[in-house]
Amino acid sequence: MLEGILLGLQTAFSVQNILMVIGGCLIGTFIGMLPGLGPMSIIAIMIPVAISIGDPAAALILLAGVYYGAIFGGSTSSILLNAPGVAGTVATSFDGYPMARQGKAGKALTIAAIASFAGGTIGAILLAVFAPMLSSVALLFHSAEYFALMVVGLSAIAAFAGTGQVAKALVMTLLGLMMATVGEGALFNMPRFTMGLMDLQSGIGFITLAMAMFALPEALFLVMNPARSATQNDGETISDLRITRGEARKIAPVIGRQSLQGFFIGVLPGAGATIASFLGYAVERNIASKEEQEEFGKGSVKGLAAPESANNAACTGSFVPLLTLGIPGSGTTAILLGALIALNVSPGPRLMVDNPQIFWSVIISMYLGNLVLLILNLPLIPYIAKILAVPRNFLIPFIFFFTLMGAYIGQNNATELLMLVGFGICATILRFANYPLAPLLIGFILGGMLEDNFARAMQLYDGIGFVWQRPMTFGLLVIAVLLVLLPSYRARRARASSVADGG
Amino acid sequence: MALDRWIALIILGMCVAYGHTAFFLMDGVLAPFMQRNPIWPSTFPKILSVLGAVAAIVILLGVEKAESEGTPDIDYRRLGDYKIGQALGLLGLMIAYALLLRPAGFLLSTISFLMIGSAILGERRWILMLVVAGIATGSVWYLVQEVLGIFLRPLPTILGG
Repeated sequence: MLEGILLGLQTAFSVQNILMVIGGCLIGTFIGMLPGLGPMSIIAIMIPVAISIGDPAAALILLAGVYYGAIFGGSTSSILLNAPGVAGTVATSFDGYPMARQGKAGKALTIAAIASFAGGTIGAILLAVFAPMLSSVALLFHSAEYFALMVVGLSAIAAFAGTGQVAKALVMTLLGLMMATVGEGALFNMPRFTMGLMDLQSGIGFITLAMAMFALPEALFLVMNPARSATQNDGETISDLRITRGEARKIAPVIGRQSLQGFFIGVLPGAGATIASFLGYAVERNIASKEEQEEFGKGSVKGLAAPESANNAACTGSFVPLLTLGIPGSGTTAILLGALIALNVSPGPRLMVDNPQIFWSVIISMYLGNLVLLILNLPLIPYIAKILAVPRNFLIPFIFFFTLMGAYIGQNNATELLMLVGFGICATILRFANYPLAPLLIGFILGGMLEDNFARAMQLYDGIGFVWQRPMTFGLLVIAVLLVLLPSYRARRARASSVADGG
Repeated sequence: MALDRWIALIILGMCVAYGHTAFFLMDGVLAPFMQRNPIWPSTFPKILSVLGAVAAIVILLGVEKAESEGTPDIDYRRLGDYKIGQALGLLGLMIAYALLLRPAGFLLSTISFLMIGSAILGERRWILMLVVAGIATGSVWYLVQEVLGIFLRPLPTILGG
């Protein structure tokens, strides 16, 4: 492990890669602050750039920097404007925005910066310690277990979808899997479900789908509801950055607890930063003393520190399944996985053996990214916030233009743009009806691998027998079924749930 | 019937069509030697179509009770209250852009796209719009064509671009 860390240090501390981290963080922070462009859209936009770098380690470092920057930028707009640009920072606005309204914007941003930094740091340490362990376990996995594990991951995504949403998340996952079967696969030399269209021969473009699922509906929502993009241009109140000793004593245990909890939630496929931040907020509110509970939602420092540290730790945690098992834990890491495959790196247990420099430089650069973010955030906040003041009449056409460019540059095919608009309209309608869109994309990306492993296991065992002949496969599949069924069962039994009612 | 159930119905229809292809149409063209394989190209789609249909029926019948719908970003029942015209206009503009990108060239179509987009949203400062769109288009073209090395036809076809 030590020599791995040294190797990572060597790779990450090249001039090029340090510039990548700084550039990625800057781009991520700036775009992440714009309401509507979350880390998924930004990473999707950055993929063509990252791929053109050619060096997988550098590309992944750039994208990791963008990822962190985006989540961080989201907290800035959550706190200052109550406009969370990213789902993971919605919980941040519960207490961050009231603090800013009380004239404590500087303090709120400082707490957010420190909590994120601590969460990311603890996450990076845990990743360095646990990822190799998890990956050595993963080496025992065969294609049958891989298949079962991916089924578990996909069911977990459905299970964490929230009460009353499990069936919807499941349908979306299955739709994504079906879309993945379109085109000519490597396994069977015949085109499937192309409906005779040449443009579908190579399958549906991944960037096109990512843009259509996330960036386009959000931009359309911004157009339809101007209040969503309304911004107040007020950078005056952000002056005092100091935290009192008493406040520091209050938030320190919160940060510690939530960094741990957030990391392990982030490791679970499907949970991710959003769930971690909400859970962190809910847990801290439940274990706080009576009078502290009163403060939650009205500008509590604990209520701000909890989601911020959990959020960042979970982002780091979601790299564990991505790097060691090749399973993306969230929509964002799903996009990262797509980028990795495009760069000829197949994440999984072999990554640490075949490409240790990629594995370790990512871990090291995560820490670097955290540091860069802390340095960036504190002095630049008053200036950064000004970008939100770009008039929406100019901003929105640019968002549309960038989604179009993202799809066009990837394929150099104008038909792709028509598909983008078509899928985008479908995605917008699905959002109206509260269908979650991330499971569709995760299903789409995992679909190919899922079928390959399924087919391989079927061929090895000459039939479906592997399901019960291999105990681990059987166990994992049982877990998958339980994951899907338990939430709806429990929701039936206990109708009352404690949902944070802030904002 | 609420919108999410209508969507479930459509998805059910898609699963049936997909399943019909998988169950009845795909296996006919399979080469004889491949028929001895334990897994066929249609095996996985068959499983997916059945599972998808079951899940869609669960939504359709409302088996799973939604706890808290939350406040949706936009209430589709009151679409008239929102700037739906602007959204449709921008979608139309995107389709026009997709169709014109090749024949009209990147520079012309992108500058028009950005300007008409702003105009649809209500902007009327034409000079400023032209300057912003021009600078943005030029820098994106430079970045993509020169830095990233991806070919983007800059000028209309008639001008030999």
